[in-house]
Amino acid sequence: MSRFRLRTGGRIDRDRPLRFTFDGREYQGYEGDTLASALLANGVHQVATSIKHGRPRGIMAAGVEEPNALVQIEKPFPEPMQTATTVRLADGLEATGLPGQGRLATDPDPARYDSMHAHCDVLVVGAGPAGLTAALTAARSGARVIVADADTEFGGGLLGTSERLDGAPADTWVRQAVAELDRYPEVRQLPGTTVFGHYENNYLVALEHRGEHAHTRQRVWRIRAREVVHATGSHERPLVFSGNDRPGILLAGAARTYLHRYGVVPGERVAVFTTDDSAYAAAVDLHDAGVEIAAVVDARGSVPPPWESLCTERGITLMPGSAVVTTSGRERIDQVRVAPWWQDEAAPGAEHTRIACDTLLVSGGWNPAVHLHSQARGGLCFSEDLGAFVPDGYPPSVRSAGSAAGEPTTDACLASGADAGARAAVACGLTAEPADLPRAGSVPVRSGRTVWMVPSPTDSTGDTQYVDLARDATVADVRRAIGAGMESVEHIKRYTTLSTAHDQGKTSGTLASGVITELLGRSTGEIGTTTFRAPYTPVAFAALAGRERGDLYDPVRVTSIHDWHVEQGAPFEDVGQWKRPWYYPRGDEDMEAAVLRECGAVRSGVGIQDVSTLGKIDVQGPDAAEFLDLVYTNKMSTLKVGRVRYGLMCHADGMVFDDGTVARVDEHRYLITTTSGGAAGVLQWLEDWLQTEWPHLRVHLTSVTEHWATIALAGPRSREVLSRVAPGMELDKDGFPFMSWKDGTVAGHGARVFRISFSGELAFEVSVPWWHGREVWEALVEAGEPLGITPYGTETMHVLRAEKGLPIVGQDTDGTVTPYDLGMGWAVSKKKDDFLGKRSFTRADTARTDRKQLVGLLPADPDLVLAEGAQVVEHPELPAPPVPMLGHVTSSYRSAVLERGFALALVEAGRDRIGDTVHATAGDRLVAATITDHVFYDKEGARRDG
Amino acid sequence: MAEITGESPLASRTELLAETSVPGSLDIGEIPFLTQVTLRVAPEGAAAARVADTLGAPLPGPGTSAVAGDLLVLWMGPDEWLVVGEQGRAPDVEEALHKALDGEHGAVVDVSGQRTVVEIAGPRSEEFLNKGCSLDLHPSSFGPGRCAQTLLARTEATLLRRHGATPVFWVLVRSSFARHLADWSADAAAEYGEGAVLA
Repeated sequence: MSRFRLRTGGRIDRDRPLRFTFDGREYQGYEGDTLASALLANGVHQVATSIKHGRPRGIMAAGVEEPNALVQIEKPFPEPMQTATTVRLADGLEATGLPGQGRLATDPDPARYDSMHAHCDVLVVGAGPAGLTAALTAARSGARVIVADADTEFGGGLLGTSERLDGAPADTWVRQAVAELDRYPEVRQLPGTTVFGHYENNYLVALEHRGEHAHTRQRVWRIRAREVVHATGSHERPLVFSGNDRPGILLAGAARTYLHRYGVVPGERVAVFTTDDSAYAAAVDLHDAGVEIAAVVDARGSVPPPWESLCTERGITLMPGSAVVTTSGRERIDQVRVAPWWQDEAAPGAEHTRIACDTLLVSGGWNPAVHLHSQARGGLCFSEDLGAFVPDGYPPSVRSAGSAAGEPTTDACLASGADAGARAAVACGLTAEPADLPRAGSVPVRSGRTVWMVPSPTDSTGDTQYVDLARDATVADVRRAIGAGMESVEHIKRYTTLSTAHDQGKTSGTLASGVITELLGRSTGEIGTTTFRAPYTPVAFAALAGRERGDLYDPVRVTSIHDWHVEQGAPFEDVGQWKRPWYYPRGDEDMEAAVLRECGAVRSGVGIQDVSTLGKIDVQGPDAAEFLDLVYTNKMSTLKVGRVRYGLMCHADGMVFDDGTVARVDEHRYLITTTSGGAAGVLQWLEDWLQTEWPHLRVHLTSVTEHWATIALAGPRSREVLSRVAPGMELDKDGFPFMSWKDGTVAGHGARVFRISFSGELAFEVSVPWWHGREVWEALVEAGEPLGITPYGTETMHVLRAEKGLPIVGQDTDGTVTPYDLGMGWAVSKKKDDFLGKRSFTRADTARTDRKQLVGLLPADPDLVLAEGAQVVEHPELPAPPVPMLGHVTSSYRSAVLERGFALALVEAGRDRIGDTVHATAGDRLVAATITDHVFYDKEGARRDG
Repeated sequence: MAEITGESPLASRTELLAETSVPGSLDIGEIPFLTQVTLRVAPEGAAAARVADTLGAPLPGPGTSAVAGDLLVLWMGPDEWLVVGEQGRAPDVEEALHKALDGEHGAVVDVSGQRTVVEIAGPRSEEFLNKGCSLDLHPSSFGPGRCAQTLLARTEATLLRRHGATPVFWVLVRSSFARHLADWSADAAAEYGEGAVLA
């Protein structure tokens, strides 16, 4: 066992040694160690060099406030920027020290991360003395309690001291408290869990470390609490003096924690520099553990009597009215220089005493951990007594307890926790009994001397006086910021990068305010602190992403016929969250070949497409017709029962935002369809108008998108196919005319059949309830087999409709296109008094004749397929920029029936320019194309009846 | 009552859900083909009263459901309810509701195919659901009969706690999202499987 590891004591398991590697060297630690405690036990202080100045840096703290000891974990899994003080030691752990920045792993993280929502009456953050009494008091009242603590076990500060409660070691009481909490079914204990964010209405987010071998490595808890108790403890503050950054300089409380928690002493000859009482306990405890205490330097004028006698009886040298003014040492501190510095003197005296040591413990007082309190918009004020910012004013249902509220002793923490727990329970309407509290018998604490920095005789600028060790920000940097005219702590923070590292200034934040105070000659309360923001400690993105990755990244919507498409080997196109078959390749076909074949089949025979994804909305009520007249540009009230009409919807600005069909089911009932991607938006849009603008209209809207599976049959032989499975239905053009619908039986199931077409060909759309979708699809495919029925996907549908000049909203439109721009003035009623968008059509801008209009484009080279998005310009040679743009290509394909490439484009005054030659970008050249009408095929509509 | 043939939205996930279930801890399975009819009617009025007479139970208030004979009525909004029954009942239910409305303004729509029902039962069900749902499902806040429209696994869902000695929830999920929910469920429940001990 190393000379820095005690034979007994601490909460480590000496029967379970763990081997680990640091910076390539192998060491041994024990179960229960952190990487930092194991390194110190091996005499390793220096962990890394600093980010800007390249100075050696060591372990300074024992918890999340650590500014220096950054490591890169290499094994078990590479993780950057962990603090050695919070990494649990594991067998086989490999780590290296980091000079400020880490690197992400190149391999995917194999671990699992997930999240959980939770609710409680009382959330207690922190399970130290105050947190435990708060949780116990609330739990005894019957409250639903969650108590979370970042440490692996409950107890907080009690685990790192030699304190006794009711005459027994404090951990006996901790064990009893945990056991009691265990007995309440409505209490959830979350050890290893850091609450890192406190948001509005007591919504808090926490990260639970469940262990490297757990099913889930880390879990994010999203907690909604009626009442919150912050028992988050406090962080010891270092002191600013020349050379205050050398390895071997530790916070006094951290040294105490290493001793009592891990059985580790930080050195063999230890000096102590303090401005308050708490460091004396470290000196006494380390002395009793066999460490030589070189001296205790106290900036206050005298040593409090209880500590004076405890030190004197141990022969510890006391140096009140003094300060450490500088240190020396190469890779580790080897000497401190102490000078007299009485409280009323501006600077220490010139006489120095040199004291040899291998460790210096510092304590500049304690900062309550007010981070979450402050995130919750709790107020802060500067307490001159504590020399720290303390909670001052609580938001509703939030309170702090224990040292987080500035309580100085264990007894006070126990009492304030119990009180906060009781008040939280009462706020939830429960009855809380006065708690029976253990007694620590804490000695009274005397006020500290508020010291921010010790003036140095050798470094008047402050280049070696570090305020933020993580950022290498010094007193000199603060001086420069102030010299540049800055006074606000927020500005100086950003100028110097103070408190912006991984630790978010846990040791440096208040210190920075103090240093600014001194340099500006103001009060600290006036200077204030920078804003506390989530996360309290760093959180991996993997944890925040949780299970929402890979296949679960976003919900995937499928139709009832999906598996059939998969079986056919169809690639899928994403349309909103829907997966739609894109095309159905046969043999070695590429997409172009498959699409040409599919298009040919629809034009000459029959094709079948799954169009279940189209949005469908049932519109019912006596005012349904009036309502639809208001939301569509064309007139729907004149539609006869049994008939179908194409409809366009515009926003109030007159721009097209969705289209679809409207079928009149009966006098007061319509069934409308929307685009696949637009369904939810259209329903919301319609509800919005109905509920807020036209509440007098008696209309109800119901989404029925997924009630129906819908199958399109298109092509001159579609009637023949349908007749084979719908023998009872009259299908000829007089009995079942274009743009009408009827109910009937298809493949043995009740179906609603529409005669509508998106390809210009004779076509039917068959709707059946979801669960018959696949069966009816297969029946149609089987019936069509002798006729060569061909399944087609979205790509073929796009080509076929483009040949007919039919726009796709969202592809050929972009929110700046009116129905007139699309050449669809025929779909805008001239007879209606009003409809959404109508007034905008009288605006000068929408009436301009040089607006971009939808036209056809035929490239001069018939083999060429223009790129969608290609810019359209006038001339074959580009003039000097800025080049006037005429418009752009919106849709472009190769056509089977036209036997060439063709495109739709939005072109300025395009309809007046039919026959003109313009030019389009194609890679790095310009190619000629002729403007044509946007309908390329069957202009006269001869094909729709078959 | 017509037996519905065909393929329910989770037919392809029957085995997966069975494998996902952990006896005594968590049971997940689809209840396919249930009749679901949307009813829209003003809550205070003669038509609502006639509907209540027809159903044999008053229309339930916000966040609750009601048992009406062999039908279940879920509150979906200030003037919207979902009537749920055994498969094949849609035509009867529609007809009865239309008759009760008696020409007064309202709406009755068969939406049986729009959603399917996933039953989640067992002592782990609250915790399991809370992996993907932010509602407080504790019995003191979401007791038997309570229902809510919410998000589960980022999917629109209607959640209902059924009556029973052990926790039983129904999740009404849109048919197109059902597989996503099933796949999410298998992933979320994995930790309760093999070797997992019920705490």
